[in-house]
Amino acid sequence: MGLDIRWPIGLMFTLIGLLLVIVGATNGASAQALNINIDLIWGVVLLIFGVSMLLGAIAGKKQGPK
Amino acid sequence: MQPIHLAWVDYTILIAYTAFVIGIGFALRKYMKSSSDFLTSGRSIPAWVTGLAFISANLGALEVVGMAASGAQYGVATAHFYWVGAIPAMIFLAVFMMPFYYGSKARSVPEYLNMRFDGRVRCLNSISFAVMTVFASGISMDALARMLSFLLPWKNQLTIGGHIFGSYDFYLVICSAIVLVYVLKGGLTSAIYTEVLQFFMIVLGFAPVVWLGFKDVGGWNTLKEKLTQVAQNPAAIYLGDKSYNSDAWTSAWKPVLAGADHNPMGVGVFPMVFGLGFVLSFGYWCTNFLVVQRAMAAKNMGAARRTPLIAAVPKMLFPAIVILPGMLAVALAIMPGKDYRLPPVTISPTAMSRAVADVQAANPGNAATAYATIKTDAGQNLDQAKITAIITDNSAKPLSADDLNARLQDAVTDTYYNGVTLSLIERYCPAGLLGLALTALLASFMSGMAGNVTAFNTIWTYDLYQAYLAPNKSDRHYFVVGQSTTIVGIILSIFCAYFSSHYSNAMNVIQLVFGFVNAPLFATFLLGMFWARTTGTGAFLGLICGTCTSAVYHALTSTIAQPGIQGGYLWPVLGHATVPESCIMPSSMAQNFWLASFAFGVCFILTALISLATSRTKSDEELKGLVYSLTPKLKEEETHFLLRPAVLGTILLICCVILNIIFW
Repeated sequence: MGLDIRWPIGLMFTLIGLLLVIVGATNGASAQALNINIDLIWGVVLLIFGVSMLLGAIAGKKQGPK
Repeated sequence: MQPIHLAWVDYTILIAYTAFVIGIGFALRKYMKSSSDFLTSGRSIPAWVTGLAFISANLGALEVVGMAASGAQYGVATAHFYWVGAIPAMIFLAVFMMPFYYGSKARSVPEYLNMRFDGRVRCLNSISFAVMTVFASGISMDALARMLSFLLPWKNQLTIGGHIFGSYDFYLVICSAIVLVYVLKGGLTSAIYTEVLQFFMIVLGFAPVVWLGFKDVGGWNTLKEKLTQVAQNPAAIYLGDKSYNSDAWTSAWKPVLAGADHNPMGVGVFPMVFGLGFVLSFGYWCTNFLVVQRAMAAKNMGAARRTPLIAAVPKMLFPAIVILPGMLAVALAIMPGKDYRLPPVTISPTAMSRAVADVQAANPGNAATAYATIKTDAGQNLDQAKITAIITDNSAKPLSADDLNARLQDAVTDTYYNGVTLSLIERYCPAGLLGLALTALLASFMSGMAGNVTAFNTIWTYDLYQAYLAPNKSDRHYFVVGQSTTIVGIILSIFCAYFSSHYSNAMNVIQLVFGFVNAPLFATFLLGMFWARTTGTGAFLGLICGTCTSAVYHALTSTIAQPGIQGGYLWPVLGHATVPESCIMPSSMAQNFWLASFAFGVCFILTALISLATSRTKSDEELKGLVYSLTPKLKEEETHFLLRPAVLGTILLICCVILNIIFW
């Protein structure tokens, strides 16, 4: 209905992904859980998800209104 | 549970989410042109969105937290709530009932009832549903405000007119205000969009926690091994005194088939399959307007029918995210060296000060009596060995207040199951991931509120206000009424939140009432949709009698001998001080499932009999599109074979059966 839901989802997760990657990359030790840099790993996963959503939204816009 | 320390990144995620949901509301505002746009989304939403909203509306934070709690208490058998208690009902809704809901152009479930029967059934259903949604919304708000005020307490307090307002009130008002803004601007569509956002937050927020927990435990085989250990000796981690078969936590069906006494749930096969699997689950998924409303917002019939089917896929897989954490927690608790125990119930500050005073006055020579006093004053079950150690240590050298508090709290043996989710988040999440997981919880509480408020709006505006109070006004009028009802709905929810915060049992009471009302309801729908002979009088009286049966059954049975909130309160009236042995059920779940079975049975039989005894008020022509036998079958040749609801439904059912077999 008017607003393609992939925009807010894509933006939200790209933002969170970026934040987690920044924390994971800079904070090293305190971003660890069980000796895994989970912030960095998961941040990248979320970035990929967010960006694919945004790409989907852009593709939808190019197709024009249905 | 202690207050959690949040870093800048966690606060940023929290605030970003809030900004996004409000932003969605404002972005949708310009598309809200009519009451239909506001209250029913103008029927324009694609199937994947309505499908995810459908499952999200059901997935409140209480479910996320509650399923982990049940996973800890009952193991993989909790999955029955999904694999037996949801999937079949969702498929039935998609294949058989959606054509009537969507095709009749009813704007709500009660409106369908009005078309099929008459105003009496519609009125009954609207009022009971409206009351239930407001309470459900209030309970969500109460749980959210309490969680936030516990984790992030505010030191400041405000005194107005003699009343002290603290953290709880502050969070209650702020969260209600956020929900108010985005629902007021964007209506049902706002609620649906934020529900989809919430879905992704939950999946992406909790998946890493589950993954980390899994690695911590050491894999599926280790998990099974540890859970077998627990089943043979639950008392080792304070899970009760009974012992069960060794597969009680790892097998879904064998403990149930073994009978009510052999599994921690206390439920046998019949109440599980008929009471939960048929009556309660079909009663909820097929008639509850909160979820059905999302499917009705779809852009066409095909999308509407695919909505519950799309929702069934994540629903089948959710046990991995919500139930598994509970099982992982139990395994961790019994593994030495992991430094983890299931969260104990918190001793309230007043009880704690009494217990501390008792310890300081106690004599080590008289430890047993001292223990009894301390236990009564603390109000919880305590580990005797630990208490004796505290008394001995304290008399050798007085312990500090903090020390005493901590050790007394540690001695509690009652488990606070609802705290399992948070305890795992605390254990595994570093800053960043912590913000994501907490925001996911916050998101699901808030959308629990929003979903209930939007359902309440539609029911009030169309089924009560337009139907009985002010018919034949302009659409603009109803649009404004719909918006104003949002405000009224939120205010009512706030009152319900305060009400439920005073009663620790409020949640249980509301669940009970839901059960009373939902149990017979499916019988009414079943007969209405599939048997043209069902009459309005039959439906109305059958529903009332079914609901009364629920109440009477609850009044006659209980889980303990003492009549009270658990049931059995009719016996003192009949002259017995306690509930007779034959009426005591092994667990409250067993009681609920049997209650549902009886209520359904009575409603079904009476509705059928009374319908046969009364004359029909609607002709076959009027019932076309409302009853199965009188509606022409939908033409589906243009849809690809695999996308047809009946085919998709069968595939999903087979997947569900396979899951049941894997975890047999």
